[in-house]
Amino acid sequence: MLLRHTPIEISARGALTINPAKTCQPVGAMYAALGIHKCLPHSHGSQGCCAYHRSALTRHYKDPVMATTSSFTEGASVFGGQANLLDSISNVFALYDPDVIAVHTTCLSEVIGDDMSQIIAKAEREGKIPRGKRVFHANTPSFKGSHVTGFANMVQGMVSACATRSEGPRRHVNLIPGFVEPSDMAEIRRIVEVMGVRHILFPDTSEVVNGPLTGKFRMYPRGGTTLADLTRSGDGLFTVGLGRAASTPAAKLLDTKCKVPCEVLELPIGVRATDAFVDTLRKVAGVHVPEALTVERGQTVDVMADMLQYFHGKTVALAGDPDHLLPLAQFLADLDMRVLYAVTGTPTGPRFERRMREVAGGDVVVRQGPGADLFLLHQLIKNRKPDLLFGNTYAKYIARDEGVPLLRMGFPIYDRVGHQYFPIVGYRGALRLLERMLNVILDQQDRDAPEESFELVM
Amino acid sequence: MEKPGALVQTIEEGERIKEELLARYPTKVARKRAKQIVVARAAEGEALPQILANARTIPGILTMRGCAYAGCKGVVLGPTRDILQITHGPIGCGFYSWLTRRNQTRPVSDADPNYMPYALSTDLQEEEIIFGGEKKLKQAIDEAIALFHPKAIGIFSTCPVGLIGDDVHAVAREMEEKYPGVNIFGFSCEGYKGVSQSAGHHVANNKVFTDVVGTLEKPKRGRFRLNILGEYNIGGDAFEIERLIAACGLTLHSTFSGNSEYDEFASAHTADLNAVMCHRSINYMAEMMEKKYGIPWIKINFVGAEATAKSLRKIAAYFGDAELIAQVERVVAEEMPAVESVRAEVAERCEGKLAMLFVGGSRAHHYQELFAEMGMRTIAAGYEFAHRDDYEGRQVIPSIAVDADTRNIEELTVGPDAERFRPRKTEAERAALEERGVRLGEYAGMIPEMPVGALVIDDLNHHEAELLIERYHPAIFCAGIKEKYVIQKSGVPLKQLHSYDYSGPYAGFRGAINFYREIDRLVNTKVFSLARAPWDDSPELLGSYAWS
Repeated sequence: MLLRHTPIEISARGALTINPAKTCQPVGAMYAALGIHKCLPHSHGSQGCCAYHRSALTRHYKDPVMATTSSFTEGASVFGGQANLLDSISNVFALYDPDVIAVHTTCLSEVIGDDMSQIIAKAEREGKIPRGKRVFHANTPSFKGSHVTGFANMVQGMVSACATRSEGPRRHVNLIPGFVEPSDMAEIRRIVEVMGVRHILFPDTSEVVNGPLTGKFRMYPRGGTTLADLTRSGDGLFTVGLGRAASTPAAKLLDTKCKVPCEVLELPIGVRATDAFVDTLRKVAGVHVPEALTVERGQTVDVMADMLQYFHGKTVALAGDPDHLLPLAQFLADLDMRVLYAVTGTPTGPRFERRMREVAGGDVVVRQGPGADLFLLHQLIKNRKPDLLFGNTYAKYIARDEGVPLLRMGFPIYDRVGHQYFPIVGYRGALRLLERMLNVILDQQDRDAPEESFELVM
Repeated sequence: MEKPGALVQTIEEGERIKEELLARYPTKVARKRAKQIVVARAAEGEALPQILANARTIPGILTMRGCAYAGCKGVVLGPTRDILQITHGPIGCGFYSWLTRRNQTRPVSDADPNYMPYALSTDLQEEEIIFGGEKKLKQAIDEAIALFHPKAIGIFSTCPVGLIGDDVHAVAREMEEKYPGVNIFGFSCEGYKGVSQSAGHHVANNKVFTDVVGTLEKPKRGRFRLNILGEYNIGGDAFEIERLIAACGLTLHSTFSGNSEYDEFASAHTADLNAVMCHRSINYMAEMMEKKYGIPWIKINFVGAEATAKSLRKIAAYFGDAELIAQVERVVAEEMPAVESVRAEVAERCEGKLAMLFVGGSRAHHYQELFAEMGMRTIAAGYEFAHRDDYEGRQVIPSIAVDADTRNIEELTVGPDAERFRPRKTEAERAALEERGVRLGEYAGMIPEMPVGALVIDDLNHHEAELLIERYHPAIFCAGIKEKYVIQKSGVPLKQLHSYDYSGPYAGFRGAINFYREIDRLVNTKVFSLARAPWDDSPELLGSYAWS
């Protein structure tokens, strides 16, 4: 057994997290900042943070992840990181020439209390920021929230630093895609384009961390939301934020700062959540839903109806980010599947649990925030084994020990490809989820069925 | 095979590229980097070039380096399976160091402990950052002991721990009193210590030396007992080394720290030789064990078939037993034909190609051996976190200036143990060994073994890597995960020498065969020839539009 020390009896823990179902804020902030075109994310702290975050994101995407660090030493930790950040800004512009440096803090710089706005203002005064270039920051202390919080804070930082309201007409919808894969961001963009809605999507990591191999390395790939578009987000007609945890702060700030009204929806995972997204978009943008999209929807529902017998009654355990888990649980419920456990290390507040019970039924076990970890999920699974498990790569240790098939979803996925290129959002994404679940369920049936009931047609 | 001292390019060519590497830097940066880049010269008779190493990373530079926590928890302690490791800090550090280094381990039985698949953290929250985290750490230790019943617990400090003033050592002492059967020790390996992972190695060495080594009198049986230091069993390297050690009739007492157990560390002082693989990360331990227990150390290298044979012979020569020496020769003779046939086969396809290696504190040196065996030439190499002695040899240690960052890492004063100091070799025996080329406590460093004209670059950064690729278009670039896809986007294959790209082992004879095949696959792959589409090179329209 890989996890041979995990006992079946669950004892209360108040201080020790084992096998976390979350990681820290800065990695989410770094990922979000990669979704700005010609942006170099900068980690203000020890260089180890930057190295770990770049490594984690690189393993997940199998693509370059460029980011710089203030490389604190003990001296900087005692006397403050101002000199290191000022040097960094000069060196980064001199050597790497980005349009934007998006700085995020770390637990180290948060604890010593570096005043980021003041340091950046000083850099500006001292002429370290070339004309037309931008440096902004987000506070992302690792001792609060999770990687999702860090993503949310960095996206909010984009609004705070860039969004501007002009006197011009308001003709586009802002879309905040949430902490999803580049493939998902591209799919959200495709749906909006099919609907003919003028829009600004931010951040947008597609073609940044899933770029082509061309024989030429590009420090700043084609993808990413431009600084000009970030600025124009203040002139939006409306903002649709996807995923409460990841997108609410930015959507709300656009409202208070630039008077752009907003609605925050669940991530469009599964049919119902995608319906809500498409319908909201239809209403706020005043467009008809094109036939092509209705056909996609119908095809997905068709597969659900065709194959329902294989889904019906199957039990599922979920580990992941709250924004993914809610719409996924809804989708699974629509397939007559039963979510037994939903675990996320990201602190969510009581709304998450309430909503999870609404969609998955009253007896679903929901654990969130500090202390909600994969060790606990594993113990729950030992007590009652589900048919399927959704989780990131670390869940494969549980999957192997307990003999439960794993469907990889969330961050990080270190051991498979696909998430970079094939979305799980939208109707097409739902279709892909159906296909992946069916492959697992039917492969298992093919493997385990007695010979006399080995089925040709399924 | 390319011999050290052979010319890979002229020194003038090397110097010209160096100028180019520095050209775009702001003045202050250029001044520093100029000292961190040297051109290798013929070693015989000539003074080696002096390199600046273990110096602060320039803020804002895209560096390969990590932090002291990574060096301590990730590198040195991570590979051992039955010390329960608790990261004290916010969740990130514990999360990122969770199984990502591919240290393999093989518990003796299913009932034996293996904590490696577990990431334990105090997951400090804002409240603890404000009011202190010691209480939570103590409770975490209570909970960990109740769940895992370990022999030993290591506590690893992350950046905020040092700043909020948590005393992990006091907590360790207090909890040890509460649980007398458990050895509990803390590491002050906050990420801001030192200038790279290297500081963490030193912190790890110190604590394991003071709190673990020498606490158990349990010598293993065998006439020729040794410890291997600085071998972390990535991709199963230690398993291959264990196989060879056993075949030669040697007794491996412990490995620091691949595939290791706590008890082996605790009784490591009973062995008679320390054989050092990764000089950078573990030389402190070797030195301290010699001073306290009288165990000499030798530098060995099991990367490369020739190097493996040489290292086994060196170990045999140290023990000086005729039957052992003969047995080593039998093992080498048995293993070499398989190696040689694969080597000859791949050399046909790899001969003369250029390699670059920028990794770690010893691998950039060791792996040059394997490339040389395949007839490939090292045009540029450097370490991520090494010191001058790893480049120039240990004789420079007295002349290395001690800066503030180094002073912050405790240097232990170690003297002979009152009862257990036992010099394994007399002065006369030492002299006789020297005469036969077995130099005790010596490491000559990377530069003397490099081809003349090759570039030696410490703490390589992205700008320099990109330029090197452009100028030389090497057949292979060796570095780590952060660099992998950057380099491959340019159409040059990158071999990860930290994680081995999830393959291996590469140590020993079988490892050499694996590596030859792997490099052959990489440098001769057809995939990169697909990088350009047919229309990229002939964009003009020849036909007519297919329109209706």
